Amino acid sequence: MSTIKFTKDHEWIRIDGDVATVGISEYAQKQLGDVVFVELPEVGRNVVAGKEAAVVESVKAASEVYAPAAGDVVEVNEALADDPALVNRDPMGEGWFVKLRIENLSDLDDLMDEAAYKEYCEGLN
Amino acid sequence: MNSQGRKTHIDALGVEGGSAASAAAGTISGNRALMLEEPLIFEQDSPGTTGVDLPEPAVVKSRLGKVRERGRIGLPGLSEPEVIRHYTRLSQKNFAIDSGLYPLGSCTMKHNPRLNEKLARLPGFSDIHPLQPERTVQGALELIDTLAHWLKTLTGMPAVAMSPAAGAHGELCGMMSIRAAIEDRDGGTSQRRRVLVPESAHGTNPATAAACGFTVDAIPADETGRVDVGALKAKLGDDVAAIMLTNPNTCGLFERDIVEIAEAVHAAGAYFYCDGANFNAIVGRVRPADLGIDAMHINLHKTFSTPHGGGGPGSGPVVLSEALAKFVPLPYVVHGKDGFSLVENGADEDSTGKEFGRLKGFHGQMGMFVRALSYILSHGADGLRQVASDAVLNANYVMASLKDVMTPSFEGPCMHEALFDDRFLKGTGVTTLDFAKAMIDEGYHPMTMYFPLVVHGAFLIEPTETESKQSLDAFIRVMRGLAERAKAGDADHFLGAPRMTPRRRLDETGAARKPVLRWVPEVEQREAAE
Amino acid sequence: MRYLPLTEADRKSMLATIGVPSVDSLFRDVPESARLSSPIDGLAPHAGEMEVERMVAAMAAKNVAAGSVPSFLGAGAYRHHVPAAVDHLIQRGEFLTSYTPYQPEVTQGTLQYLFEFQTQVALITGMDVANASLYDGATSCAEAVMMANRATRRSRAVLSGGLHPHYRDVTATNARFHGFEVVTAPADPEGGEDLAALVDDKTSCVVVQNPGFFGQVRDLTELAAAVHAKGALLIVAVAEVVSLGLLTSPGEMGADIVVAEGQSIGNALNFGGPYVGLFATRDKYVRHMPGRLTGQTVDAEGRRGWVLTLSTREQHIRREKATSNICTNSGLCALAFTIHMSLLGEEGFGRLARINHAKAVQLADRLDALKGVEIVSDSFFNEFTVRLKKPAAKVVNKLAKAGILGGVPVSRLYPGDEALADLLLVAATETNTDADMEALASGLKEVLS
Repeated sequence: MSTIKFTKDHEWIRIDGDVATVGISEYAQKQLGDVVFVELPEVGRNVVAGKEAAVVESVKAASEVYAPAAGDVVEVNEALADDPALVNRDPMGEGWFVKLRIENLSDLDDLMDEAAYKEYCEGLN
Repeated sequence: MNSQGRKTHIDALGVEGGSAASAAAGTISGNRALMLEEPLIFEQDSPGTTGVDLPEPAVVKSRLGKVRERGRIGLPGLSEPEVIRHYTRLSQKNFAIDSGLYPLGSCTMKHNPRLNEKLARLPGFSDIHPLQPERTVQGALELIDTLAHWLKTLTGMPAVAMSPAAGAHGELCGMMSIRAAIEDRDGGTSQRRRVLVPESAHGTNPATAAACGFTVDAIPADETGRVDVGALKAKLGDDVAAIMLTNPNTCGLFERDIVEIAEAVHAAGAYFYCDGANFNAIVGRVRPADLGIDAMHINLHKTFSTPHGGGGPGSGPVVLSEALAKFVPLPYVVHGKDGFSLVENGADEDSTGKEFGRLKGFHGQMGMFVRALSYILSHGADGLRQVASDAVLNANYVMASLKDVMTPSFEGPCMHEALFDDRFLKGTGVTTLDFAKAMIDEGYHPMTMYFPLVVHGAFLIEPTETESKQSLDAFIRVMRGLAERAKAGDADHFLGAPRMTPRRRLDETGAARKPVLRWVPEVEQREAAE
Repeated sequence: MRYLPLTEADRKSMLATIGVPSVDSLFRDVPESARLSSPIDGLAPHAGEMEVERMVAAMAAKNVAAGSVPSFLGAGAYRHHVPAAVDHLIQRGEFLTSYTPYQPEVTQGTLQYLFEFQTQVALITGMDVANASLYDGATSCAEAVMMANRATRRSRAVLSGGLHPHYRDVTATNARFHGFEVVTAPADPEGGEDLAALVDDKTSCVVVQNPGFFGQVRDLTELAAAVHAKGALLIVAVAEVVSLGLLTSPGEMGADIVVAEGQSIGNALNFGGPYVGLFATRDKYVRHMPGRLTGQTVDAEGRRGWVLTLSTREQHIRREKATSNICTNSGLCALAFTIHMSLLGEEGFGRLARINHAKAVQLADRLDALKGVEIVSDSFFNEFTVRLKKPAAKVVNKLAKAGILGGVPVSRLYPGDEALADLLLVAATETNTDADMEALASGLKEVLS
């Protein structure tokens, strides 16, 4: 049974065992506009919590996607290289960015659940 | 997620069906009278043709060693008339200062006097080699020295580094000078690595600071559009190397507290870098030295009117305070008993030993120096002061004439540029971008948009002093008309604009997703597809 | 004042519209202590065209124009014939007085020639893509090293001893402040250096110039392979771009980045600037590139057009994370390059290169016959090194007094190195006549006797 969590920076994290799949939320893709490129880390790289794990670019903006917790990159979404628009079409599904093996799952405890995140986004508008 | 820049959407293309203005409609050629379609030079290849008659090379024994001679490169062959026509047609697809008001804020798109072009082409300047013996280039060195003198006089500063090739290059020079001075003072292990940069700064400022090995710390703006002095002072500390401030700032406002800021920065042991992109507003009326500035670049292609040339060449000399005067790049000109000479390296007897290194090949943008000096001599003391006065007057006139229909971002008076934001477009469905595209159809180059980032949907309008009142009145009439049209609910007019240009809105998203950055022959294109 | 259209009446009526009594009141935010009330010290009042021309032309007259005497200077700046059409076209106001093409609908002219420029540069360097120009060859070299550092995530650059000292110095300046290591091989007039031996697993790139600063032309294929085997990139610098009309391209030899000084094509000597930096690389590195890029796209009606693209690399979006701080570059010099190259075409570019090589061979043969002159370069394109029996700087000054610009003494760029003091760089281009060469040969004979 996987759970999904959100950060204040509009990343979502789906947790399956000790592997977390990371992407950006529907709200984030709307804010960004048409995605033209996603820069992904190499598989095997260790990422630090709160530091850049990927970069997502639209024509006039570039946004860092931060790692929600420390861990090793176990897989990246190669499909984004050919079709970065996946991030716009299906941000919560096929538009995922990276899968991380999280070192310490409790690091994710403080993140928002779906309801809290929804409320958070409404507060931003 | 930390976003830099602004969002975009493909629907901003404003595609609309059945436009009467469709370019290809109606003619067999796709041309529309003076608006001529023009293929790439590569698509006009007539193999074996050349536009330059060169003699047969002498037959000699090759001295190329082990390197093979290359095969076909793939350059097209054209005659001179074909090349002239091609580039003439391309030129006609451009808007330019020569064709109309070009109010691109912070770029100072003023008239480019043609005398300056003529003088830069005198063989005594254009046809001298940078490494000729110094005895044979005394006039060139004298010109550099003379221009340096006026730049120092106009800014009140004791030293100037002439070699930087553009404004951003000048920033690099100034920040390197600051770091060299700090390391000289505090030792190479100095922990001063933080540079304070206002949120409203031009993107080159943080990029430059990073390129010099500094970290960037943003200072917020206050409600008047100026640096929040309290916030600035709170950020000062013994790890701060410098502040980079634009004055007049990117909101078109003079930083009233600049002297207090300079004092606080100096008291904290840091230096004051000023981005001089907006020097046009104050030339002849305010000397940066009197504001407490340590380093400032001057874009000769802005204030001193060397042509912008479609994006360069520029030139960015940097004036320096006494504290930084020794920390200059190589080379520089000195004047001794035997005339002028160049200090080109640290081994030179005139070297102070504090120079921080070389920034570009040779000595600087000589062609731009000639033009800038010619500009200064043409204007003279009275004319230069009038430049600033008229530039500021024109901007305030535009501000006063539009403030009831558009929304000025801050209380005036402004300096040489007027800043509005998109509040007046609220609820109209029209964005700043759409408004800009409608200006194009009216025959104007749009203002700077979406910059500075501190206001929403910025319109940064810099008319410059070389616009007549008649020209400004015509522009104001158009801006008022468009603002009223947007408010009247005619969003479609804006969303589909421009309609009368050689090309309509272009698909930037498509260009970025699948970049095509060069022409390739159709054969190769087909092969790649297979 | 001929450049200022406002009349006194205009100013008065505009002040009334604004609602202030005087222009001075518009400057009220300036601290009083900083307001200049007197005119600028020592600067005369405005002057007419005739007077300004007289003052500036007097300075020009004190210089010896290279075209007025036999001239053999190179070392990174070369005197070539630029067709009249080039300067005519670049002075069209639509090119000259336009700016960076921020609004593509009204700057398709600039964008299209930049696309043509990028294509020409990619073709002649043998690379996949090129940018829309940088400042000059030396700054392009430094940018290439920083790009290689980004692409390899390493920070040690190895520079050839045949690299132009200005290119080396600009790279070193950036290294000092940006924080990376530069290893420079010693000056290499004979061309025997073993650069591959200096490459280790921390090396991001090797920079080699071809033809080298001292003249040699080298096949870099083996070096490229050795560099790649260590996971580093090969950067090839070309200071005389005309050589690309004759020599196997750096791309074909395995370069990852090619930087060049484009001045030779379309641009005058101008005492060293403005010039135009060329920058080309492989497709896979395009997002690491500095500078502006023009890309092809379509407009709202499906017609082909051009826009600036991949801007997220640049300072105006990326700010402190940009690939470079460059903004304004060398637009008009790039246009001059593009037009000259279009006029030359395949046929003309190749022929120009052959003429240059032939002239240099003829000159070398002539100088080789002189006593006290030894040709050092065992291979060359249009410039070579000679060893004189006297210090080259003195010889050059004596030649200049005799009205001959005889070359660049190596000591000007390698001051204080006794071993190099007798070396002279001599370049020949299509502009040098037989009479020029005879003048240099007899001048040298006299000075060395």
